[in-house]
Amino acid sequence: MARWGMVIDLDRCTGCQACVVACKQENNVPFSTPEEAEYGRGISWIKLMTMIEGEYPEVKVRYVPMFCQHCDNPPSVKVCPTGATYKNPEGLVAQIYPRCIGCRYCANACPYQVKYFNWYEPRWPEEMKASLNPDVSVRPKGVVEKCTFCHHRLQKAREQAAVEGRELRGEGDYVPACVQSCPADAMSFGDLDDSKSDVSKLAKSTRAFRVLEDLGTEPKVVYLKEGEWHAG
Amino acid sequence: MQDKREDAVLFDPILKTGKGFYLVALLLLAIALWGLYAYSLQLKYGLGVTGLNRPVFWGFYITNFVFFIGISHAGTLISAILRLCRAEWRRPITRMAEMITVLVLFFGLGSIILDLGRPDRALYVIFYGKINSPLVWDVISISTYLTASTIYLYIPLIPDIALLRDRVTGWRKRLYRILSLGWTGTERQHRRVEIAIAILAIIVIPIAVSVHTVVSWVFAMTIQPMWHSTIFGPYFVVGAIYSGIAALLIAMALIRRIYKLGDYIKPIHFNYLGMLLFVMTLLWFYFTFAEYLTTFYGGEPTEMAVFWAKISGEYRIFFWGMVLFDLIIPFAILCNRWTRTITGTVIASISVVIGMWLERFTIVVPTLVNPRLPWDRGLYFPTWIEWSLTAAFFATFILLYMIFTKFFPIVSIWEVREGRERGLAEVEERIRSYLPGLENTEGLPADKSEEAESARWGVR
Repeated sequence: MARWGMVIDLDRCTGCQACVVACKQENNVPFSTPEEAEYGRGISWIKLMTMIEGEYPEVKVRYVPMFCQHCDNPPSVKVCPTGATYKNPEGLVAQIYPRCIGCRYCANACPYQVKYFNWYEPRWPEEMKASLNPDVSVRPKGVVEKCTFCHHRLQKAREQAAVEGRELRGEGDYVPACVQSCPADAMSFGDLDDSKSDVSKLAKSTRAFRVLEDLGTEPKVVYLKEGEWHAG
Repeated sequence: MQDKREDAVLFDPILKTGKGFYLVALLLLAIALWGLYAYSLQLKYGLGVTGLNRPVFWGFYITNFVFFIGISHAGTLISAILRLCRAEWRRPITRMAEMITVLVLFFGLGSIILDLGRPDRALYVIFYGKINSPLVWDVISISTYLTASTIYLYIPLIPDIALLRDRVTGWRKRLYRILSLGWTGTERQHRRVEIAIAILAIIVIPIAVSVHTVVSWVFAMTIQPMWHSTIFGPYFVVGAIYSGIAALLIAMALIRRIYKLGDYIKPIHFNYLGMLLFVMTLLWFYFTFAEYLTTFYGGEPTEMAVFWAKISGEYRIFFWGMVLFDLIIPFAILCNRWTRTITGTVIASISVVIGMWLERFTIVVPTLVNPRLPWDRGLYFPTWIEWSLTAAFFATFILLYMIFTKFFPIVSIWEVREGRERGLAEVEERIRSYLPGLENTEGLPADKSEEAESARWGVR
């Protein structure tokens, strides 16, 4: 079975946030108000984190797109009292919204802070309501949600492959919305266990690192650190 | 003298109720209803009405949960230990301690329900419970404790209910008749009750220890900075007993004053429990010092961010408030017998209760505010909803406790009588049995048979 993972080349990331917008559209992420967002209530399954290093004139800005790292050893899954957040057989860390009791224990246990809680009933501006994605369920208030690696796309791709009478390919058949939308081609997605896939090759790069990998969470999102362009 | 032996004053709260009781009850009821209104808003609009956010997903409610469960160690645990140690002075205070436990556990569990985004699904923890989760351990451990301590409250109540049954009329008589389970006070019934109490007192101690250990593990099992600590289990248990004794002392002083029980709850009770509270002050300080020194000396950056947030950052008022209320004030009052008076121990106890709430808060919130990754630092400002619900929980607890005293004797009458009738002789005999040179004064042979020995030391 495939082990889905992602590689993000930080040398290529321009910080345009196309992935952020694509994700919100794809996954029916509710809108927030500026005040609520300021108070840490906004939901954004993928966020562009910025790190400003140094001082003028020697200043450098780094961008890190941050979202669920789909750990092989996820701290959030361990603590969930009802199994609402779990690791599915393909290694994706998934959420069952109708089973979530909203205790937010998973959100506190996750060292990446990529879990989001529905503080209110989800809201969209009137004009946006027609563009909700029918493939993704809308979450009620009081439950936790997060990046699913666009799991609904995997289900579609699997059905398509079945219709065409072939195996699901480890690359190309299934990509999350963020990867598809990246104009700089900084994100790659595929089967990390398939030695011929781009992701598995990129993941072996000497620039490859995983966030907080010393915690033993075994994330399946690999970053390639800046180096080629900045030369240190 | 004859009148005192009748213990009439112990029946008074049940037989007579003054205007003051109703006034206080109404006030508390008003606070409780206000809390109900606040909760209705939270149910309607969601947890957005609280001050919680990302990354501070837990705040007042979880602090209250840890705090209330901590208070629950007042009763059953302390009463069980005192019974097992045959501390004769326990007799007038065990009941009030046990009642704190049983009641306050509901407020601990209630705090968790308040915190849930989907309280309608609370029972999923049982239906779909996953044993991996420390929250499920909590549910198991707390419900076991609640069951055990309810039985432990009820069994010593039976003889007293029977006493009441014979004194009242009407619907209350019917109620007491059912609850007294046909108690007539025979020797056989007495023996059974005493066996049951002895067994429960032993069982309840490990359960009580497990309860706050497991509560601490909710935090310690995660890998978040300054939560992931091996010392948390015993540290929480010590804190729980500490706040529990303080709550008991406050209850004792109030009951003594309101129901005029000065003949039963005496300065010596406050002195003894005050000494126990002092020992817990030192133990609590020892654990706190060990915890913070280890963190500081290690100097691990993510832990230090939390450390400095507590010591000199945005949570310094809570941290140093905790030090003041949990260490400096109780230490100063309790370390000498001149201030370890009734007033003194009560002031120290109020201080400890406040301090322990602050301790719970400084454990829960600063870690969440300072997560491992440098982004999304949070701040937490509780809203009036959280303040109201916290106040409502305290008010409802006091209200239910008051109502309990109107239905059941808050001082165990039969145990007090037993102390008067049998305790004195027993203590004398006990001392004779372990001091050399006193064996023959009663005309008993020095090498007493094993049978007589076990009759004395068996189940009592």
